[in-house]
Amino acid sequence: MAKSLYEKRFDGRTISEVRPMIAKVGIVPSADGSASFETGGTKAIAVVRGPRTLHPQHLQNAQTGILRVQYGMMPFSVWDRIRPGPNRRSEEIGKVCEWALSSVVDLSGFPNTVVDVFIQIPKADAGTRVAGLNAAAMALAHAGLPMKQMLTAIAVGKADKTLLVDVDKAEEDFHDGEGATDIPMAVTSRTKEIALLQLDGKISPSELSEAIEMGKKACDDILKVQMAALKSVTGEDNE
Amino acid sequence: MAEKRQLVIPGETIISGNEFLPGDGAYRDGVEVVAGRYGIANIFEKHVRVVPVSGAYYPRRGNTIIGTIVDITFNGWLIDFGGAQNAFLPVSEVPRYVNKNEMAEFLDFGESVIVKVWDVKSRGVDASMKMRGFGKIEGGLIISIGPNKVPRVIGREGSMVKMIKGATGSDVTVGQNGKVWISGKDTDSEVATRKIIEFIADNATITGLTEKVENFIKDLGLKVESGVEVIAENTDGGEE
Repeated sequence: MAKSLYEKRFDGRTISEVRPMIAKVGIVPSADGSASFETGGTKAIAVVRGPRTLHPQHLQNAQTGILRVQYGMMPFSVWDRIRPGPNRRSEEIGKVCEWALSSVVDLSGFPNTVVDVFIQIPKADAGTRVAGLNAAAMALAHAGLPMKQMLTAIAVGKADKTLLVDVDKAEEDFHDGEGATDIPMAVTSRTKEIALLQLDGKISPSELSEAIEMGKKACDDILKVQMAALKSVTGEDNE
Repeated sequence: MAEKRQLVIPGETIISGNEFLPGDGAYRDGVEVVAGRYGIANIFEKHVRVVPVSGAYYPRRGNTIIGTIVDITFNGWLIDFGGAQNAFLPVSEVPRYVNKNEMAEFLDFGESVIVKVWDVKSRGVDASMKMRGFGKIEGGLIISIGPNKVPRVIGREGSMVKMIKGATGSDVTVGQNGKVWISGKDTDSEVATRKIIEFIADNATITGLTEKVENFIKDLGLKVESGVEVIAENTDGGEE
């Protein structure tokens, strides 16, 4: 097999190393639950409000509460300004995050209601949806909602022939050789099931399963950070 | 495995063993009892439950709640108390006869009430005001402190509320939904009471709170009555 064109990472990390993480819980006092999650140059804030009665009424589900996720990048989150407001990309990411989070949150006890999750990205350096999911899972737990388990997310990528954990923007834009592949994935904390798996780029089936294993391993480290943040909350700190 | 009375995270094993029974906020996975929500794990004898420490208010049967009338239907009132759904107060659950054509005469839109949670169904909450201490709120002021601070404001067996009442002479009713109704003899004593309650809410996580509150009350120029016999009043859901 030919040598990969990308062997040493630009920022000096090993291939399975996640960027330094900072997680905080309870950052928005007026919300029912809130959290922030930061990895390197990417930061996500998640705020949970609800359960509350869903309007308009025709959207209500009489059997269960529903989860609604809104994702958005702040105008200043990247080098050139992003036009604020919803767009095709943010709508799609909100939807996939919603599906991923639905697999751990149980709202069957709150029919006709909605739980709103707002994910905002103040700083973006690739991997924003996975940072958003990590923050959202913590915020949902902080909101005291029934959850079977936590959710942890990571983006695994490939630059030329090298598999990489937690790709940053420079690696995502790698153009030489086979180019770059990006695989955002989310794993449940207890059963280790995959709640989200997306693929952007080209990868062989054997490399994909290897990438998933690398991602699962990285998720264990992220879970520790999430748990430490939730455990450091003194409790009773929200209004 | 989580220690006794420890913060647990959803999916975390609280304790292992077939003899333990999962209660509120916990579920069984094989031999392990697992947290089904974020909160403090409480193991009482063989019963395991998780008590939430944050988040929205979830009504429970027997709670005292303070809310406002948001709708009048043909057989009752809808009360907004800050929960997921509104509470329903049927005409039959008010302490006097109300003519169905003149229901707004008794309780009108925007008026505040203290009611008891009679029943919690997945579809909503039924309320009642047919007991002493419940009814329409007239005068005084309502402040919001958030549902998670209620146990501290009430104190062990109502000790904190008793102390506030003794020091200020105001009547204090704490709703489990995080709303507090203060009714004093004059505005000054009501404002003082409000300051004390807000002080407790701001310092809810501190240990030795009672002593700090005593000092705070003294700083306000009020006297703390000591050795008052504690009467269990409005204390359901107080600190465990």
